[in-house]
Amino acid sequence: MDIPYTVQPRPDTGLYNAKVGVWLFLASEVMLFGALFSAYILLRVGSAEALWPHGWLNIPIGTVNTLVLITSSITTVMAWASCKMNQFGRFKFFHACTILLALTFVCIKSYEYHDKFTHYEITLTDGRIADGHLVSQEADRVVIHGRFVTDRKELFDLRAAGASHAREEISLERAQIKTMENYGPWHHTYLAIYFTLTGLHALHVLGGALVIGFLWGPGSKLWRRDPERFTNRVEISGLFWHFVDLVWIFLFPVLYLL
Amino acid sequence: MKSEHASETPEQFARHVRRYLFVFYALLFGTLVTVGASYIPFGNREVNIGVALLIAVSKASLVACYFMHLMSERKMIYGILAFTGIFALGLMCLTIASFSDLPRFTVTH
Amino acid sequence: MHTATPTASPSSAHPHSHSSHDEEALGFWRSYIFSTDHKVIGVQYGLTSLSFLLFGFFLMVIMRWQIAHPNQPVPVVGPLLERVLGSVASRGAISSDLYNSFGAMHGTIMVFLAIVPLAFGAFGNYLVPLQIGAPDMAFPRINMASYQFYVVGGLIMFVSFFIPGGAAQAGWTSYPPLSVIIQTDGQVFWLVGMIFLITSSLLGAVNFIATVIQLRAPGMTWMRLPFFVWAQFVTGFLLLLAFPPLEAAGVMQLMDKVAHTSFFLPTGLAVEGVAGHVSGGGSPLLWQHLFWFLAHPEVYVLILPAMGIVAEIIANNTRKPLWGYRSLVYAALSIGFLSFIVWAHHMYMTGMGTKISTFFQTTTMLISIPSVIILTCLLVSLWGGSIRFNTPMLFVMAFLPMFGLGGLTGLPLGLSYADLHLHDTYYVIAHFHYIVAPGTIFAIFAGLYYWYPKVTGRMMNEFWGKVHFWGSFIFMNLIFQPMFAQGMAGMLRRMADGGANYSQARTPEAIGGLAPVILSLHTYILWAAVGLGLVQVPFIINFFWSIRHGRSAGSDNPWQSTTLEWQTPTPPPHGNFAHPPTVFRGPYEYSAPGHATDFTPQNQPN
Repeated sequence: MDIPYTVQPRPDTGLYNAKVGVWLFLASEVMLFGALFSAYILLRVGSAEALWPHGWLNIPIGTVNTLVLITSSITTVMAWASCKMNQFGRFKFFHACTILLALTFVCIKSYEYHDKFTHYEITLTDGRIADGHLVSQEADRVVIHGRFVTDRKELFDLRAAGASHAREEISLERAQIKTMENYGPWHHTYLAIYFTLTGLHALHVLGGALVIGFLWGPGSKLWRRDPERFTNRVEISGLFWHFVDLVWIFLFPVLYLL
Repeated sequence: MKSEHASETPEQFARHVRRYLFVFYALLFGTLVTVGASYIPFGNREVNIGVALLIAVSKASLVACYFMHLMSERKMIYGILAFTGIFALGLMCLTIASFSDLPRFTVTH
Repeated sequence: MHTATPTASPSSAHPHSHSSHDEEALGFWRSYIFSTDHKVIGVQYGLTSLSFLLFGFFLMVIMRWQIAHPNQPVPVVGPLLERVLGSVASRGAISSDLYNSFGAMHGTIMVFLAIVPLAFGAFGNYLVPLQIGAPDMAFPRINMASYQFYVVGGLIMFVSFFIPGGAAQAGWTSYPPLSVIIQTDGQVFWLVGMIFLITSSLLGAVNFIATVIQLRAPGMTWMRLPFFVWAQFVTGFLLLLAFPPLEAAGVMQLMDKVAHTSFFLPTGLAVEGVAGHVSGGGSPLLWQHLFWFLAHPEVYVLILPAMGIVAEIIANNTRKPLWGYRSLVYAALSIGFLSFIVWAHHMYMTGMGTKISTFFQTTTMLISIPSVIILTCLLVSLWGGSIRFNTPMLFVMAFLPMFGLGGLTGLPLGLSYADLHLHDTYYVIAHFHYIVAPGTIFAIFAGLYYWYPKVTGRMMNEFWGKVHFWGSFIFMNLIFQPMFAQGMAGMLRRMADGGANYSQARTPEAIGGLAPVILSLHTYILWAAVGLGLVQVPFIINFFWSIRHGRSAGSDNPWQSTTLEWQTPTPPPHGNFAHPPTVFRGPYEYSAPGHATDFTPQNQPN
């Protein structure tokens, strides 16, 4: 006896099995990201306002990434629509775009991560703090492109009206340096939740891209044998992809803009 | 496969495509608005947060209702998502409430 | 294009030859190791989880020795422990660190590697498709994947005992900062293992829910489902929606340990007097909220399938329908919903204000109502029945008062005032062990004896079954009953020296020290634990011996049951049913007037 309702919907529920399955899975993903957003809220509310960063992420780059994902969402739905309209060639075109956009997103994200890992906060023995991007480092000196501050609090609100954006090349002797730490997840709980949320999201982007890539490539053979079943697979993977876009729609303002 | 699309010819399906494109433009617009709004000094940070979340929820609803076809989905799916929403909100709100509702008197000697 | 429709498919004309043909075609590995058949996966879950159950039991017996005889070498296994684990078990005695890791892993293994995989993974997988008249689970390959993730997670947990520094030591609850600041890697293994186990459960939950929604046979309406299926369905939702926050928390704690973040580490944290080099700004309570958001629904995951098993066996062995089927169903759904909003009753002592504590206290009291409804329905179902006292029925009848006791002793814990005194004492241990040990585990034993003839075609030995029952019943009560007294006297949990540090003997002038009579109970508990272990031996032998040498079941339906799993050949072939069965009646048509037999199967037309 074969498993029923793999393609034809069950009359009383109106759904085929995989659709129920993917929505259940997405429900669990809502809980997963919901818990991480709850953690973000708690950590931010628990922090002194002056010590919670603003403007540590590059907004134009984040906006571009948002537009990239939104575009990938429309190409995904168009890919499915092409299947429904029996236009296999256009399906191939649209999902090729989706995959390229997904890879673009991950590349931009990697650049952003790199930017954080090369950004250092250096406490000096004379009490000043030097903060900026690493230019070079040798055994006896470190060169950064950044600025000096006297109060650590000045490093936090970069979006404030009077925030200074002047940066210069600074050369420091190692002997002057008390501590030196880059803007990794260990540096501040804001960065911790940023890296965790966007890292987990990026893993979902890669996973989704892999599945869509498989359907675009080897999996597309099913189109000839059973086009309805293939279209359903495109729909299911599309639902996952839209969810990934949905999460980013919340991540972007929360982490970049607020 | 949903019943409203089941009996459609490819030609009839084309009208859905127009709807998808419209949602796409709305999402692009919404993104630019949300970035712009974040620069407006409302004075109160909570207002910025409220505006940003409002725009985010609107964009998310567009993606969910049209791209994910939730507008014409089945009751079973709505039911699953309703409970998920209740529990996710419960987790968020009750946890935050437990952090803000603290005992009135603390020993300080 | 041919798509699956509910009509006979040509390849399954004769079930038996279809199955053997299938297995020959598939070969050993695809039939028994990498199978996508829900019955094979169910047996795989069953055997793996029973092994972990035994391993978790051993950990406990060794812990009980240490509690009763602190720092004395463990008899028999002491030298082995020293050889395998090294200096933490020097002289064959259990050091405090080793005790703590045994404690943490006993809890983790019993909950996540033994009970849930048994109750949900084994019984659920094997029986749900059969009971709803389906050919398999909705997603057989995902089913196989969920078992594989479970095995990998279990192996990671098991292996963690043997790494330098040993296994996790901060309790199954893994509270930070302690869990993060302990320098060894056991906690990392725990966290990675948990991620695999959670993934396994999520995949399983998706499968179960989709299967029950989509694959019910024609005529199998929601209100004709056996209560066992309802229980597994609700359990699936609990796992689906409650586990992800723990997965998120697990990732965050892993980041804290490996990437030196401070999700759960507060500003100003000092370890052994030295300020930690952490960014600070984190919250230990955040972990507790996310952990208990899962762990409370988790306890209903532990009990609901057991209630399902009990319901099936009661109906069958009283030869009458269950009393209050609709109440049972609505109660199970209510428990499912309420279980998501009671979690902070595990956190009354964390400094929450009275308003929020009262909220959680209220929901906690509320959730006891559907639990009592279920117990009442099951109890009343016995009234007027023609009771057959076979081994499964004995376990099930003991389940009822034992679960009742365990549940009732939870009420003082749910009330925040009383919990002030009882939190983190042995009273809590006694409460939850009463529910899980002579509760869930008894239901599992009952289920094993009951469904054994469907899986193997043979009966387990009745005499040794009764020995197993009486021994387990007596010894479990002897182990856990004294713990209520110890808890009320103030003995705390997780003390490697068994409370000797707080004894009246050590500090006679202190108020509230533990009396000698309280501490003397340790010896009785230890002997009861040994007795409990000994009485499992005939069960283990019975279980394996009866596969080949047990009395033949005589028919495909030796218990004369009404539910669909008994209306198949034994064991059911691949695909379960030659054609999808049609269901004409409810699940418990026993002793219906006007019928020749005292049971009418669900798929019998008239």
